[in-house]
Amino acid sequence: MKPEVIFNLDRCKGCGLCVSVCPKHILWLDETVTNIKGYHPSGISDQSKCIACGNCARICPDSVITVLKHQEEE
Amino acid sequence: MSMQKELWKGNEAIAEAAIRAGCQAYFGYPITPQNEIPEYMSRRMPQAGGVFVQAESEIAAINMVYGASAVGVRAMTSSSSPGISLKQEGISYLVGANLPAVIVNMMRGGPGLGTIQPGQADYFQATRSPGHGDGHMIVLAPASIQEAVDLMWDAFALADQYLTPVMVLADGMIGQMMEPISWKRDQPLPEVDKPWAADGRDGDGKTHFVTSLRLKSADNERFVQDLAQRYRQIQENEVRYEATDCENAEIIIAAFGTTARIASTAVRQLRADGVKAGLFRPITVWPYPDQALRQLALQDSVKAVLTVEMNLGQMHEDVRLAVRGDKPTPFYGRTGGMVPEPRDIARAAQEALQEVSE
Amino acid sequence: MSTQVVYQRSRGLQDVETHYCPGCHHGVIHKLIAEVLVEMDLLDSAVGVSPVGCAVLAGNYFNCDFVEAAHGRAPAVATGIKRVKPEMLVFTYQGDGDLASIGAAEIVHAAMRGERFTTIFINNAIYGMTGGQMAPTTLVGQKSTTTQAGRDPLQHGQPIRMAEMLSTLDGMAYCERVCVADMGNLHRAKRAIKKAFTLQQQGVGHTFVEFLSTCPTNWGMSPVDAGKWVLSDMAKVYPLGVVKDVPKEEKA
Repeated sequence: MKPEVIFNLDRCKGCGLCVSVCPKHILWLDETVTNIKGYHPSGISDQSKCIACGNCARICPDSVITVLKHQEEE
Repeated sequence: MSMQKELWKGNEAIAEAAIRAGCQAYFGYPITPQNEIPEYMSRRMPQAGGVFVQAESEIAAINMVYGASAVGVRAMTSSSSPGISLKQEGISYLVGANLPAVIVNMMRGGPGLGTIQPGQADYFQATRSPGHGDGHMIVLAPASIQEAVDLMWDAFALADQYLTPVMVLADGMIGQMMEPISWKRDQPLPEVDKPWAADGRDGDGKTHFVTSLRLKSADNERFVQDLAQRYRQIQENEVRYEATDCENAEIIIAAFGTTARIASTAVRQLRADGVKAGLFRPITVWPYPDQALRQLALQDSVKAVLTVEMNLGQMHEDVRLAVRGDKPTPFYGRTGGMVPEPRDIARAAQEALQEVSE
Repeated sequence: MSTQVVYQRSRGLQDVETHYCPGCHHGVIHKLIAEVLVEMDLLDSAVGVSPVGCAVLAGNYFNCDFVEAAHGRAPAVATGIKRVKPEMLVFTYQGDGDLASIGAAEIVHAAMRGERFTTIFINNAIYGMTGGQMAPTTLVGQKSTTTQAGRDPLQHGQPIRMAEMLSTLDGMAYCERVCVADMGNLHRAKRAIKKAFTLQQQGVGHTFVEFLSTCPTNWGMSPVDAGKWVLSDMAKVYPLGVVKDVPKEEKA
């Protein structure tokens, strides 16, 4: 199973709610990056630990995040 | 349609007329002198397959009308002066959201809690600004139960045609009295297509958002200018009035509603006394028939235009605007619930003529 | 290789940005309602009634019909709509000033009459849109721009528990208080919305879901801290959970 997390970075308001609900603590607000709104958008620090639970996407008030699960067909 | 006469109480006749004209929902609250309207509606509306709700207040009632209208259904409410004050916010929202609705005002003496006797002191409220912000409602002023009944069809038709609230401006006299009437019209108005109604998305998934919020001032100004354009159309096409014996009159009495009916007796008394009196009776007080009045007032024979109404002088301003100082425009009024008698009006006319000749 | 979508933007929402502050729970709650509307196939037949408050623009965000109401009057507007179009799924979306202050009479009477629409009540204990004044639901001691020393019971009274108060009315069929402060609560909240809409379709009377929500901007907290405050402080005054469930009680 390979999770894929896609961020619509220009819509992110840097609220941090996604960071607070990630069970693997791999989300963060990158303070070296500023998006078009002037916020520090969220991003994944270690994609390999993602379990595609979807918490981040579900809580995001702005529907910034899309979470996909890719399965290798047997 | 039937020319047979039936004896009806004003309030009940108006309610029945609304249903026959095609009103599908009534929301109201008790207040004297129009209580018979919600009472009659509570029984008759469900019979006719429509919706009746006794709301918790006049505020709630007008907002229920707003909701029903927003989803494309013909709705009305009724009240009396203090209750109409409560509805002003809702009426402004109807104007701002381009929604049709009919509001019946059985005026009583004010201000404040006032009295339950008839009055006409809500003329300013109805014609100048039914609610905050730029905007108008079409205001129909019947002078008899028969006319009130007939005008209910017009009220709903005009509301749908111009996407505006329409007020039927009557008074406690009309509401409470009983008169023989005939049902000249009997068929409900045809259904009107309302593509803007929030009654579900269109087939292509397009949503409807009924709102009066326009946060960008430029958009708001554009909206109000559209309203103004519509009002110009209404002023050109929907003015109604009745002028009796005004040709070559020496005094024109201008009055609306119940007062006009009383004044018509005064006109007959004056004529019997050799005074050439005439009666100018607006049926739409918004749009006001100012051009017609002005034309009649400018006749060489006319020495004065006397306004008579049950208030301190409200329609009087519209008369003065129409006449523009070209002829004297005296005023006679009773207010606070007092109703003038024909001889009082006749005397006022005689005094006005005397003053002019001095 | 097959791809499963774990989560993506709901098609119950229009693909536009919202004006809500960063982390405001309005965005989250809008999503839950939108998701339920999609799952119940109600986008074509639903109509929402928006308040005066931050959510006044909600009609621009949902992918269903909307009607904007005057301040506090949403229950009356919804009554008018549902009475004449009973087949529509009608819901109101109101803040605490809208519902518990200026609109208190309207919601009491809608619940009294058992009006068959669903109220979504967003309680964030403050007036957001107008800049942070006291709400009827502001907590004792909570600072606001009109209770600058903190809400004082002697001057300002005590907070009002709308869910409990309205549940004393026989017309209230189902009433639950929820929040989206963490994932467990978020899932519970979504189930509450779905239950309310389902009961509306069954015509059982008034359905009411109160959300304890946040206002990071006017509370002066980060969005994450605001979410924590909902659980640590608000939930003590406004207990989460089912307040009334007539259909369930009747089955028992």
